[in-house]
Amino acid sequence: MTVADFAFYCFAILMLVAGAFTVVSKNPVHSVLWLILTFLSAAGLFVLLGAEFVAMLLIIVYVGAVMVLFLFVVMMLDVDFAALKAGAAKYLPFGLLIGVVLILQLFLAFGEWHSAPGAEALRRTVTPDAVEIHNTQAIGMVMYDQYLMLFQLAGLVLLVSMIGAITLTLRHRSDVKRQNVLHQMYRKPEDSFEMKDVKPGQGL
Amino acid sequence: MVGLEHYLTVAAALFVIGIFGLFLNRKNIIIILMSIEMILLSVNINLVAFSSFMGDLTGQIFTMLVLTVAAAEAAIGLAILVSFFRNRGTIDVEDVNVMKG
Repeated sequence: MTVADFAFYCFAILMLVAGAFTVVSKNPVHSVLWLILTFLSAAGLFVLLGAEFVAMLLIIVYVGAVMVLFLFVVMMLDVDFAALKAGAAKYLPFGLLIGVVLILQLFLAFGEWHSAPGAEALRRTVTPDAVEIHNTQAIGMVMYDQYLMLFQLAGLVLLVSMIGAITLTLRHRSDVKRQNVLHQMYRKPEDSFEMKDVKPGQGL
Repeated sequence: MVGLEHYLTVAAALFVIGIFGLFLNRKNIIIILMSIEMILLSVNINLVAFSSFMGDLTGQIFTMLVLTVAAAEAAIGLAILVSFFRNRGTIDVEDVNVMKG
């Protein structure tokens, strides 16, 4: 067994164990942390497959952004998670049944497939030799060339989701004092104070 | 020697764990969202494994698109969750059907 094989088994086992703990752990904060471990192990698998760019993207985008978002939401919402977990045992047999059926289906398909004879010739973007052009550069040359449209549309998806998330969560609370810039600008000196001519020794 | 089948097996196992999580945590929508993230991750592993073993970069491009959509989905899902929690004071998704006509 080579070092790469050993690393594969380590990452794979770590990923599956962390995934299982994500699903079964009682505390959602622990779930998020297990899911972070799942993504990190998956990034390790991607590095083993020679897809370093996607691996780093997984770490930066998922562990750095999405999981932190999950953590924020879990910690911000004051939810009684024990009550949500109460009826879980009711669904356990059904979930196990679906899981077993799915895994049997996947293994049915597992033994009975092979690449088509012409598959090698049908490749749209043949991976260049990693010694000459490394993974990030090769992906850039494909993505900004053949898949430019998809790249732009992905940006559009992100824009729409950003607008959607802001629209959903933005609220104007009426009991909070806010700064009204126009109101401040239209304010005149005579509205806010008046001049009094105070005689000496008399006062107002 | 680790081949394509090993990666596909791992991805299938992660997929099943994700599906199992959907059923196990039917009330807790945060864990449901995390299970969906895991399912999409297993799809990504499949895409990258095929891309690597076939020598075709398109799989990795698609992986990035799936990643984009998954991130957008997580953001929207959590935003809906937050506004739902503000209105109802709970995140029990079995109560969501009060709006049905």
